Amino acid sequence: MSTTTTPVTDTLPESVTSPRGPRYRQGLQQILAFAGLVAIFAFFSIASPYFLDWANMKGILLASAVTGIMALGATFVIATGGIDLSVGTGMTLCSVMTGVFLTNMGLPLVVGVLGGIATGALLGLVNGVNVSFLGIPPFIATLAMMMVAQGLSLVISGTKPIYFSDVDGFTQIALGELVPGLPNAVLIFFLAAVVAGVLLSKSLLGRYALSIGSNEEATAISGIDVRRWKVLVYTVAGVFTGLAGVVMASRLNSAQPGLGLGYELEAIAAVVIGGTSLRGGKGTVLGTVIGALIMATLTNGLRIMSIPQEWQKVAVGIVILLAVFTDILRRGKDA
Amino acid sequence: MLHTKSARLKSTGVAAAAALLLALGACSSGDDGDAGGSGEGGGDTPYVALVSKGFQHQFWQAVKQGADDAADELGVEVTFEGPETETEVDKQLSMLQTALDKNPDAIGFAALDSEASIPLMTDAQSRGIPVVAFDSGVESDVPVTTVSTDNAAAAAEAAKHMVDLIGGSGKIAVLGHDQTSQTGQQRVTGFVDYIEQNAPDVEIVDTQYAGGDQLKSADAAKSILQAHPDLKGIYGTNEGAATGVVKAVQEQDMAGELTVIGFDSGKAQIDAINDGLMAGAITQNPVGIGYETVKAAVAAIDGEDVEPVIDSGFYWYDADNIDDPEIAAVLYE
Repeated sequence: MSTTTTPVTDTLPESVTSPRGPRYRQGLQQILAFAGLVAIFAFFSIASPYFLDWANMKGILLASAVTGIMALGATFVIATGGIDLSVGTGMTLCSVMTGVFLTNMGLPLVVGVLGGIATGALLGLVNGVNVSFLGIPPFIATLAMMMVAQGLSLVISGTKPIYFSDVDGFTQIALGELVPGLPNAVLIFFLAAVVAGVLLSKSLLGRYALSIGSNEEATAISGIDVRRWKVLVYTVAGVFTGLAGVVMASRLNSAQPGLGLGYELEAIAAVVIGGTSLRGGKGTVLGTVIGALIMATLTNGLRIMSIPQEWQKVAVGIVILLAVFTDILRRGKDA
Repeated sequence: MLHTKSARLKSTGVAAAAALLLALGACSSGDDGDAGGSGEGGGDTPYVALVSKGFQHQFWQAVKQGADDAADELGVEVTFEGPETETEVDKQLSMLQTALDKNPDAIGFAALDSEASIPLMTDAQSRGIPVVAFDSGVESDVPVTTVSTDNAAAAAEAAKHMVDLIGGSGKIAVLGHDQTSQTGQQRVTGFVDYIEQNAPDVEIVDTQYAGGDQLKSADAAKSILQAHPDLKGIYGTNEGAATGVVKAVQEQDMAGELTVIGFDSGKAQIDAINDGLMAGAITQNPVGIGYETVKAAVAAIDGEDVEPVIDSGFYWYDADNIDDPEIAAVLYE
């Protein structure tokens, strides 16, 4: 991993390093997304007297943590022009494995947590090898992994939840408050976002991921081993999946083998709302964080207003459409 | 070079996949052989195929347990399968179709969508395979009987306890798990109807649904608590919803400030009741549902008359009676 944090030496051709024009334009989608978040906040604050309240803000942050951490990893994959459909059920498998390590095998807390994260890395590694070395399209490779992970979660857990009641301190991972007033799950999300932000914008891994997404052939021609870097990208996404699995297990104090399906779509939605293009080559971690917060804020606010669940989904769908549409409008101006 | 190499890799992959499929095929045809053989051959062991609403949820595992118990006792062979989530109506129908194609002696079926299953019910009838509906009814006269919990009555029982526990007046909320299935609806309407008819001073200020997913239920319950600070009680309509409510109350540091009533069991709910976080819950009798379904199926195979409706019952449990043998037998972790 140490190589990935080395500052980029200027080996890439200009067209590859800045594929979408000047830097300020890349920031525009984030500003729009942030403006959207502010607008949503303003709307709910006026619509409900109970919305703007620290306890509720905490609730929103906590609700965004698990999907947000998954979305951080998905940002890297989507930046390469790929997709990872396995993050939802993969996260579940990671939480089940954490349960196996801690509850069934009685390993120390740190080992169990690292084991859960390592499970994610392994899933990502397999995805990466399938995509780059076997040439399976990312959609198919990760769709298959989504099913494999779901099945394995059920097989390994014996279709029963695994509880962490006997593991001292496990719930503190998500619900303890190292920073008073802020649940650790949120802290982990923010720290993970900082790490992801540095990786994406300051390390070789991030720059190569973006340049692969922008123009894979040109990247390969400039002497970069595209296949190996892609494997690393999927592996990094897997690490975030594993972390999300641990946080989720800690919050529920149990590994629920039946959960997870559909979470990948929420993560992808967060990434897309944040301005990362599904065509690859463009993406920011800050955008993804804002995207995850928009998703969580919308759901929370609509619920506080007692809008029925079926309409909540309609509203979230429309927001995704709006977000992507503004992105397309902006691209039109670039062309 | 590169092309040849990847071509070779690809053909290796195809070969490996084919080998895996063959291996899987061998396993599953072995299973089918056992099951189908006893059905078609008209041999000694009757075969009952159960198609349930799920299998990974603890509730369905308990139903399966009851079915297996009856199978051992009555000397029949039982298979049990169901889709992963309770929204996969189409997947369940193809499971039912496959079950019918195995030509069993009887079918047990817990419909996710009773309308959607009518063509297959007719198909079963024309093949002369008796059908026992379980858990929720099928709007068809094909099933010889329906083995289920009276969910509306069970929800009314939950409402009765809620009214008592909050002292007959105040604001309460409902966190549902599914607004499309009959069971999911009855768990809410049974509760709401009881309150409207018997407790004029109790107001249901909010009813939300979160799909029975614990994490989403916890977030939904927190929103409800946030929007209604003077809430006196919340009722969660299944294991996921109720556990989510408990989670929300814990995370908001509101333990003891309001009455939480749940439904079904599971370790988290049992712990919450023992710890005083939850006042009590309604449990169905899942082991009984599985048992009675297989028993009714065997009776139908033997041409005996069965009651058109078999109520498998429900119980209220709280910290006082949770260890009673009668209750402990129907709870699952």
